[in-house]
Amino acid sequence: MANQSVATEKKSHLQHHFVDEDQQFESSKMGMWIFLVTEVLMFGGLFVAYIIYRAWHPDLFYEAAQELDVALGATNTVVLIASSLTIALAIRAVQLDKIKAAINYMAATILLAGTFMVIKYFEYMDKFGKGIYPGESYTYDGLEHEMAANFFSIYYMMTGLHGIHVVIGMVLIGWMIIKAKKGLVHSGYYTPVENTGLFWHLVDIIWIFLFPLLYLID
Amino acid sequence: MADSSQKTLRIREFPIDENPGHTYLNHEKGILSWLFTVDHKRIGLLYLGSVILFFFVGGMLALLLRTELLTPAQSIVDADTYNQIFTLHGAIMIFLFIIPSIPAALGNFFLPMMIGAKDVAFPRLNLASWWIYIFGALFALYSIITGAVDTGWTFYTPYSTQTGTSVVSMTLAVFILGFSSILTGLNFIVTLHKLRSPGLSWSKMPLFLWSLYATAVIQILATPILAITVLLLAMERILGIGIFDPSLGGDPVLFQHFFWFYSHPAVYIMIVPAFGIISELISTYSRKTIFGYWAIALSSLAIAFIGFLVWGHHMFVSGQSELSSVVFSFLTFFVGVPTGIKIFNWVATMYKGSIDLKTPMLYALAFLFLFTIGGLTGIMIGALSINVHLHDTYYIVAHFHYVMMGGTVIAMLGGLHHWWPKMTGKMYNEFWGRITCGVIFLSFNMTFLPQFIMGSQGMPRRYFNYVDQFQGLHQFSTIGSYLLGVGFVMMAVYLLWSLFKGPKAPSNPWKARSLEWMTSSPPTHHNFEYTPVILHGPYDHHKPMKEFRMGVAEESESPDVIEIDKDPA
Ligand code: HEM
Ligand SMILES: [Cu+2]
Repeated sequence: MANQSVATEKKSHLQHHFVDEDQQFESSKMGMWIFLVTEVLMFGGLFVAYIIYRAWHPDLFYEAAQELDVALGATNTVVLIASSLTIALAIRAVQLDKIKAAINYMAATILLAGTFMVIKYFEYMDKFGKGIYPGESYTYDGLEHEMAANFFSIYYMMTGLHGIHVVIGMVLIGWMIIKAKKGLVHSGYYTPVENTGLFWHLVDIIWIFLFPLLYLID
Repeated sequence: MADSSQKTLRIREFPIDENPGHTYLNHEKGILSWLFTVDHKRIGLLYLGSVILFFFVGGMLALLLRTELLTPAQSIVDADTYNQIFTLHGAIMIFLFIIPSIPAALGNFFLPMMIGAKDVAFPRLNLASWWIYIFGALFALYSIITGAVDTGWTFYTPYSTQTGTSVVSMTLAVFILGFSSILTGLNFIVTLHKLRSPGLSWSKMPLFLWSLYATAVIQILATPILAITVLLLAMERILGIGIFDPSLGGDPVLFQHFFWFYSHPAVYIMIVPAFGIISELISTYSRKTIFGYWAIALSSLAIAFIGFLVWGHHMFVSGQSELSSVVFSFLTFFVGVPTGIKIFNWVATMYKGSIDLKTPMLYALAFLFLFTIGGLTGIMIGALSINVHLHDTYYIVAHFHYVMMGGTVIAMLGGLHHWWPKMTGKMYNEFWGRITCGVIFLSFNMTFLPQFIMGSQGMPRRYFNYVDQFQGLHQFSTIGSYLLGVGFVMMAVYLLWSLFKGPKAPSNPWKARSLEWMTSSPPTHHNFEYTPVILHGPYDHHKPMKEFRMGVAEESESPDVIEIDKDPA
C-alpha cells in the first residue's frame, strides 16, 4: 500500500514532455550544472578585476588586507564548510526517505548560513564604523596607500555579491523544507533538493576562494 | 527502475492530418492562455511579436537619425537628442531585438519540433525567460522616460559615469535581459542533449539546430561577463567604486576589455543562428542534400570558440599594448576561415541543384551577397593598419549593418517566410513576397553602400553635423532608408493579409525533409501525436517524398519490426 502511493506520486512528478523519470532527472541536473557554470563565470569577472588590480598594486593589497579580521573570516569559513556537510546529509536523508531528518539537516544549514551572515554583518559594521566604505564614501585615514578605497571596493563587491547568494541559498533551502513537509520530495523524487544542494556547494566554494584571496595576503 | 535500453519499434506511415481541427492555436483560448502558456510554440510567437515590436521602435528611431542627416547642419533635433536617439536605436536593436530574435522566436518554435520532442526541457523556465525579457524591456523604458542614455550602446567609461542620463536603470535593464538570454541558451542545450527522439542522432540534427547549439554555448559562456560588467558599471555610478573611473584610480580600458569580451562573442550570438537558417533554406530550395554537413555544423562551433579570442580588435586605438593589438589582429583573420567554409559549402550545395526561387530562397541569396560584403569588410578592418584609419567612421557603421541587418535580419526574414505556413497554417502571397524582397535588398544597399564610401573618406560615426562634401551621399542613404521602411510596410501588409485571408497551407508546401514538416500546419498542441522514430536525415532530398516514413515508438512482438537504440545517443 505504501509502495503504491509512492508510485502514483512519482508519476505525478513526471512532466508530460519527458519520456521517463530518468530523462527528467538527468535534464534537471544538467540544467543546474550549466547554471552553475554561468555563476562561476560571473564571479570570474570579479576575480579577473581582483587579479589585475593586485598585479598593478601588490603593496596596496598587502597593506589593506591587514584591516580584515582573519579570525572572523576563518570562523565563517568553518561555518560554511559545516553547512555544506549538513546540506549533503539532508540530500542523503531524502534519498533514504528519512524526511524528518532531512528537514532537521536543512534547518541546520539555514542556521549556519544565518550565522555566516551575522558575522559578516558585524564585520561590515566594524568597517563602516571606521569610515571604510566602498568607493567614494571612503573616509578612513588609517591606511597610507592612496588607492586604499579601491581595494575595499573590490572587497565589498566580491563579498557583497557572495552574501546575496547566501541569502538566495537560504530562501531556496527554506522552500525545500516546505516541500519536504508537504511530502513533495522523497526517495522517488529528490531533484529539487539535490539541485539546491549543488547551488549551496557553489556558494561555499566561492567563499573558500574569497577567504584566502582577501584575508590571507602576505 | 531503469528499463532495458532496447525497445522494439514499429515503422509505419505517419498519418499527417492536413485539416487539423485541433491545433496549438485553438488548444486554449483567451489572452491569459497566451501570456502564461508553457507551450514552446506559443512562447516562440510571444517572442516573435515582441522582437517585431522592438524592431519597429528601433526602426523608427533610425529613420529619425537618417532624417536629421539630410542636411549638414541641424535639421530636426539638437545634438544632445541626436546622441540619445542613436544610443536608444543601438541598445534596442542589440539587446531587445537581435539577440533574442532568431533563437528565442524561431528557435523556440522549431527546436523541439525538429527533434521530435513535445517541448523544451524546461517549459516553465522558458516562459520565465520571456517574462524576464519583458521586465528588462520595462526597465529600459523607465530609463528612456527618466533621461534617455546618450553614451552609445557601448556605455564606455568615463563618459558613462559622468553623463546626467539614466545609465543605472539602462544597465540594470541589460543585466536582466542577459539573464533571460542565459535561460534560453540553457534550455536549448539541455533539450538538445536529452530530448532528441529515438533515432535522431547528432548527425541527423538539422543544421539550424547545430547553429542554435553553438549560439547557446556562447550565450552561456559570454553573458555572465556582461552581467558582471554592467553590475560594476552601475556600482561605479552609485558608489563610485573606482574600478573603471580614472578619476578614482580606475582604468577605463579595463571596462572596454570586459565589455568586448562579451560583445564580440555576442555578435556571433546574433549571426550564427542566421547561418543555421541559411543552411535549411539553401538545401530545401535547391532540392539537394546539404554539401559538407559536418563542415557546416562544426564551423559553427569553431566560430563560437575563436569568437572568444578576438575582442581586442575593437580596441586597437584605445591604448592597449602594441603586442596585444598585433595578436588580436592576427586572430581576427582566423574567424574568416570557418565563415568562408560555410559560404563555400552553401554555394556547393546550390551547384547543379534544381533551384526554386521562392521568397525564402531569394532571401537566402540576398544573405549570401550581403553577408559576404559584411564579412570581408570585417577582415579588412581587422587589419591593424587599415583599422587605425577606419575606426569610428561610417565604414564601421556600414560593416556592422551589412552583417547584422544584411545578414541576421535578412536570414530571419527568409526563415519567417519559410516557416510562416507551418506557424500560421496560411500561405502568404508569393508575388508580393518576391517583390518586397527585391525592394528590401535594393534599398538596403542604397542605404548602406554609400556609408562605406563616406567612411573611407573620413566621415566619423556618431556625429550629428558633417562637412558639406558628404551631403549627396548622406541624402542618398536617407532616401534608401525611407524605401527600406516602405519595404517593411509592404511585408506587414501582405503577411497580415495572409493571416486573415490567405489560403490554407498544406503540411509540407516546400517538400522539405526535416521533422517539423512531418506534422500538420499549424501543429497540434503536442507537435506529434506519437513519439516519432527518425529513419531519415534532414536533407535526404535524393529520396522520393513518398518514402518518408516515420517510426512510431511502441513496443511490439510482430516480425516486421526493427530494433533501434532507445537512447538517442
Ligand atoms: C568575418 C567576421 C567579422 C570580422 C572579421 C569583424 C571585424 C570587426 C572589427 C575589426 C570591428 C572593429 C572596428 C572598429 O571599431 O574599429 C568590428 C566592429 C563591429 N562588428 Fe564586426 N566583424 C565580423 C563579423 C561581425 C558580425 C557577424 C557582426 C554582427 C552580427 C558584427 C558586428 C559588429 C559591430 C556591431 C561592430 C561595431 C561595434 C561598435 O559599436 O564599435 N561583426 N568588426
Ligand atoms: Cu568584434
